[in-house]
Amino acid sequence: MLYLIEQCLNGIQLGMLLFLLAAGLTLIFGIMDLVNLAHGSLYMLGAYFAATFAAVTGSFVLGAILALLATLVVGMALEVIAIRRLYGRDHLDHVLGTFGLLLFFNEAVRLIWGPGGLTLPLPSQMLTAVQVLPGVFYPLYRVVIILATLAVALLLYVLVMRTRVGMLIRAGASNREMVGALGVNIKLLYTLVFGLGAALAGFAGLMQAPILTVQIGMGENILILAFVVIIIGGLGSIRGAFVAAIIVGLIDTIGRAFLPDLVRHFVSYSAGSSLGPSLSSMIIYMLMAAVLIFRPEGLFPAASK
Amino acid sequence: MMAVVTPRNTLVAVLLLLLALLPVYCSVTGNYFLMSLFTRILILGMAAVSLNLIMGFGGMVSFGHAVYLGIGGYAVGILAKEGINSGFVQWPVALLASGLFALGVGALCLRTRGVYFIMITLAFAQMIYYVASGLDRYGGDDGLTIYKRSQFFEPINLSNKTFFYYLCFVLLLACVYLVWRLVHSRFGMVIQGARSNERRMRAIGFPVYRYKLTCFVISGVMCGLAGVLLANHTDFINPSIMFWTRSGDLIVMAVLGGMGTVFGPVIGAIALLVLEEALPVLIGGASQLLTGHEVQGAREYWQLILGPMLLLIVLFARGGIDGMLARPPREVKGHG
Amino acid sequence: MADALLTIEGLTKRFGGVIASDNVGLDVRKGELHAIIGPNGAGKTTLIGQLCGEIVPNAGRIHFDGRDITALPVHDRSLLGLARSFQITSLFPHFTALDNVALAVQAHAGHSFRFWRPARTESELREPARVALDRVGLTHRANTMLSSMSHGEHRQLELAIALASKPSMLLLDEPMAGLGPDESARMVKTLRELKRELTILLIEHDMEAVFALADRITVLVYGRVIASGSPADIRANAEVRQAYLGEQEIAHG
Repeated sequence: MLYLIEQCLNGIQLGMLLFLLAAGLTLIFGIMDLVNLAHGSLYMLGAYFAATFAAVTGSFVLGAILALLATLVVGMALEVIAIRRLYGRDHLDHVLGTFGLLLFFNEAVRLIWGPGGLTLPLPSQMLTAVQVLPGVFYPLYRVVIILATLAVALLLYVLVMRTRVGMLIRAGASNREMVGALGVNIKLLYTLVFGLGAALAGFAGLMQAPILTVQIGMGENILILAFVVIIIGGLGSIRGAFVAAIIVGLIDTIGRAFLPDLVRHFVSYSAGSSLGPSLSSMIIYMLMAAVLIFRPEGLFPAASK
Repeated sequence: MMAVVTPRNTLVAVLLLLLALLPVYCSVTGNYFLMSLFTRILILGMAAVSLNLIMGFGGMVSFGHAVYLGIGGYAVGILAKEGINSGFVQWPVALLASGLFALGVGALCLRTRGVYFIMITLAFAQMIYYVASGLDRYGGDDGLTIYKRSQFFEPINLSNKTFFYYLCFVLLLACVYLVWRLVHSRFGMVIQGARSNERRMRAIGFPVYRYKLTCFVISGVMCGLAGVLLANHTDFINPSIMFWTRSGDLIVMAVLGGMGTVFGPVIGAIALLVLEEALPVLIGGASQLLTGHEVQGAREYWQLILGPMLLLIVLFARGGIDGMLARPPREVKGHG
Repeated sequence: MADALLTIEGLTKRFGGVIASDNVGLDVRKGELHAIIGPNGAGKTTLIGQLCGEIVPNAGRIHFDGRDITALPVHDRSLLGLARSFQITSLFPHFTALDNVALAVQAHAGHSFRFWRPARTESELREPARVALDRVGLTHRANTMLSSMSHGEHRQLELAIALASKPSMLLLDEPMAGLGPDESARMVKTLRELKRELTILLIEHDMEAVFALADRITVLVYGRVIASGSPADIRANAEVRQAYLGEQEIAHG
């Protein structure tokens, strides 16, 4: 039972990371109609920046803040230099162009930081467990991840729903020409949105760095999961991304935790160890396929468009 | 046909000649690495040609095409591991498996379009990647070594590298020819029309879905054949061949070479792989000459260039290498 | 007069809160040219959408040639003999004019699971295509790519594609759209010739053409049929004048 609760928390924590990635992806798709395969590269950069800045400054928090800023800057620069030329083209062009950027970033990172990965050690205060429920202890850092992401989600909600900028974002999503005609600087808006998406991705990357990985190509694996999340949730819908991310995070984690045993029961020991993770991935993709067939707009379709 | 001697046709002819004569060059110079490289090019060229059938002509952008390389390859690998080395069993099984998978996936995916289609094809390929990674008995993540290549009857010996090279060459030509005939047939007209204006195709009376699905299956089977050859070539198969970025590589080949023609993707495969191999050597050699010591890790520079180059092609040269050579016709002479 | 080739009963379509088709009923008799007119927003495009199968009605029935086609998919309706032309030109770019029309011929020439023989060498596809091009006066443009043709020629091609499938009835969605006076006159002449062999349902804004060609006219306003009858009746109808023809120049005679 304890194990189940722990795995549920892990699932939620994974879901939070997925949400950060998915939120950026879905914002960029919803507002600029752009499919961004290089989003995982920004996630990777966040992790690399954090590891480097933390090592240089000696402080995890300072390193994280600098990494966030650096990713934001890279994101906005990327938008101005390359991404904005892709707007309005068909999705194959987006896919190819951003795929090229993905290749570029992988090699650039390899050139700058070398082929081996990096590590980002946790500050010692984080190396404890907290009691989240009576009798249930959970690593403090993972709790921090969940809470930090929830805070970000709340901020996003406030930003998009309650501020002028957010209103422009929502308006821009449904009618670009009109917003442009109103004298709003659409170009700047898009750059900011892309930067925001990049920062969210970078934040996810740096948050998971101490407990998971900092290596080249780390974005490729999780990017697909993020796309699955936004398809299930509904392209352009942040709320959908949130719910879908939690669902996917839970299925993946609980699947990996319990399916191996289930398979061992029925098939064999070794099959269980390796098929387990495969099966939980399969379940997620089947879910996406089902959504695409029965409810293609997603579970929480974006109101506009 | 229009004027026979065009810059484009000349390039194709020259390439075909070079490809045909390559083994001769290799046996004379003893450079068998080159033949191995070009065998790989021929195989991946076949995969890219199969992708272009649905992508360039059919407008179906599949980001999961590399999965068929894996299905074909694993069919050979798994059967070999179980002691079945006969090509007469392995190859049909591989092609059948590829076809059935394409049928199943296509039936679902073709109900979507645009970015959804791209994503769902990608997702299904990833699914098979994860399944293959989970097959402990067949190597899992580490992959499966194939100790004996597909066995046929006496004179056919796939372990003979020169023979294998020509086999791949002939099969590639056969595939290119098949796709060429397909594209200009009634079937091809439907596929091209559907890419051009699917709504109108339905309005004039075509049940478009079944034709697209058929095309999808043909393409999958052809790529499965490439997978069979790849497994034989490397004597090895592992899940990473199916990872979604490998599908991206195939798309790059098709776009680079030109999606508008049948042979274009082969040009793209040649260009991509030759540059990937040759550029580091060139840079290394040039740097050696100029500075006295060799620049290390020149291979990394290649990807650094490839990325932005791809973006530039997308922005400015969508027709690829082929498109830059061929000029679009204003009047088409001599048809029906 | 012959009996009805196309019958529409109680056709209703709602998009959210908007009623695009409100209990529309009309019939098109065999051999006649029946025009549908109405101000913008009257639901003419939605009506055509439901007739050819792209839009599914919320209620109502459509009968064609004795069959209930309400649930029939788009391509099957074409195969039954109901051909449609588009208001906004919908052709096949990257193909020549002849290729475009040959595709329409091909759709009705058996199945297309033929993988070997080049379709452009099949005279059973090319000849009927040439005939259709002749009908609309585009013979000289057979081998021209679409990108080199004018808008007027595109509209003619629109019609040729619809004709190539040898339909028994044509649904024409504003064939005059964007045509200059000469081109319009030529289109009217073509339609008058076609009238003799085909049943036509014509949606048009060009009043001169409508009153010159139509045997009967139905007027649609806000998705409802407000009048239906001979051209003279419609011209005299007060409600129609008020709703629609009021500001328009009415063609005399």
